[in-house]
Amino acid sequence: MEDLTSYPLELTGPDIPMVRFLNVRKSYGELIVLDNLNLDISPNEMVTIIGPSGSGKTTVLRMLMTLETIGGGVIYVDGKPLTHMPKNGALVPADARYLRKARSSIGMCFQHFNLFPHMTALQNCMEGPVQVLGLSGREARERAEELLMMVGMIDKKDQHPSRLSGGQQQRVAIARALAMRPKVMLFDEVTSALDPEVIGEVTNVIRDLTTRHSLTMLMVTHQMGFARDISDRVCFFFGGKIEEQDSPDELFSNPKSKRTQQFLSAVKAAD
Amino acid sequence: MQWDWEFTAEILPKMLWATVNTLMAAGIGYVIAAVIGLLFALAQRTPFRSLTFIVREVVEFIRSTPLILQIFFVYYVGPEYGLWLSPWVAGMIAIGLHYAAYLSEVYRGGIESIPKGQWEACTAINLTMAQSYRRIILPQAIPPSIAGMGNYLVSIFKDTPMLSVIGVEELMQAANAVGGQNYRYLEPYTIVGVIFLIISLTAASAIRGFEGWIRRKLGME
Ligand SMILES: Nc1ncnc2c1ncn2[C@@H]1O[C@H](COP(=O)(O)OP(=O)(O)OP(=O)(O)O)[C@@H](O)[C@H]1O
Ligand SMILES: [Mg+2]
Repeated sequence: MEDLTSYPLELTGPDIPMVRFLNVRKSYGELIVLDNLNLDISPNEMVTIIGPSGSGKTTVLRMLMTLETIGGGVIYVDGKPLTHMPKNGALVPADARYLRKARSSIGMCFQHFNLFPHMTALQNCMEGPVQVLGLSGREARERAEELLMMVGMIDKKDQHPSRLSGGQQQRVAIARALAMRPKVMLFDEVTSALDPEVIGEVTNVIRDLTTRHSLTMLMVTHQMGFARDISDRVCFFFGGKIEEQDSPDELFSNPKSKRTQQFLSAVKAAD
Repeated sequence: MQWDWEFTAEILPKMLWATVNTLMAAGIGYVIAAVIGLLFALAQRTPFRSLTFIVREVVEFIRSTPLILQIFFVYYVGPEYGLWLSPWVAGMIAIGLHYAAYLSEVYRGGIESIPKGQWEACTAINLTMAQSYRRIILPQAIPPSIAGMGNYLVSIFKDTPMLSVIGVEELMQAANAVGGQNYRYLEPYTIVGVIFLIISLTAASAIRGFEGWIRRKLGME
């Protein structure tokens, strides 16, 4: 097992990042998916990950959501370890109970929405607040309605997901995640499964979030224009590593790495 | 042998009364089967390998041996180990466990049909494992299982006559008794057949209606 003694029990000092990936590794059998990833995300920062298929983008988000175990290294959220817990002055892999507490500051939206099909839009958004946060039905409803209003879905609140378009479902999914009041929101290709004409209604909601809420966001997308518009920073992933990261303007207009250049011109050619 | 309407009228109340017992046996047996079957299904999904293994083997064993043997076993072998059970209790245990094994497979199929994304959404909003099952997974897994579960409800009902072998006073036992006393079997056995036919058909259509209703209620058609 990995020697974790050199990893701090918690992050201290000024400028504590909201999220820190510290030497994070992940492999499936022989396949190394993430190779010693180091990435800090500041509070309220919007970071976008781009890169070719299979470069490990989704894996980064899934590990942060604790859907995937970590292969090595430590992830910290808000200064505290997420994947590990302190025990007798050292870090050990987190148990289910610790994970449950630690992941409460993280929310995620998926490519295929994953709404609960047997619940209405409103019920989808109330489920977590009632069951997990212990809100009363009335409080949860108020919170859910406010968020459904924000994403423009209030008039469909009593519909089941099967009656909603993909764009509408994704907006409900965003409201459902926000209802848990996360500090960090993860978006994994949330527009990839959508028809082109409804992509805008989802990206507009996310754009709103960057201006109106104090949220740290980590997004994977194939929409370069959108990434350029709203990100504070863009990371280009290649082969489980950050090949290059920079401000969107710099990365898109003046990519330094050969691989970034190739990727961007390939994407442009496909558009 | 001529059909005797007078005799029919005379034994009918007794037969109908026994029908109540048959329905009760099927109902109780089914509730036991439904609950234990769910436990069997969930036990096979825990991370505890040995528990999963044991439950798998038990389910396999029950499914591979005849119900009648299991009924005899509980009723006659139990006392040799100091476990004296009344015919009703022994019968309910045997038939409940037997169908629990079958129902657990139905549940398992239903649970496994739920996409992985639903579990991930549960984690993302931080539901516990128990909450995920109760609120998200089972409500989706059960509606598509209703047809399968309904078939076993009809089967358990049709298997209740086997309980007559250990003396549970159900419909078959009543027919045997009436027939033996009067040396006439045509009417009692025919009545048994007709009653089973009516109830089975009614139950089957009720189950179809119920399935549709649940699907509509959950907005899943
Ligand atoms: N559960 C798994 N088992 C085995 N291999 C996996 C598993 N999940 C992901 N991988 C592999 O890990 C690599 C990275 O996957 P990941 O989903 O992170 O890529 P990605 O950058 O999100 O790609 P895409 O743009 O296609 O979504 C891929 O080669 C993938 O096949
Ligand atoms: Mg991906």
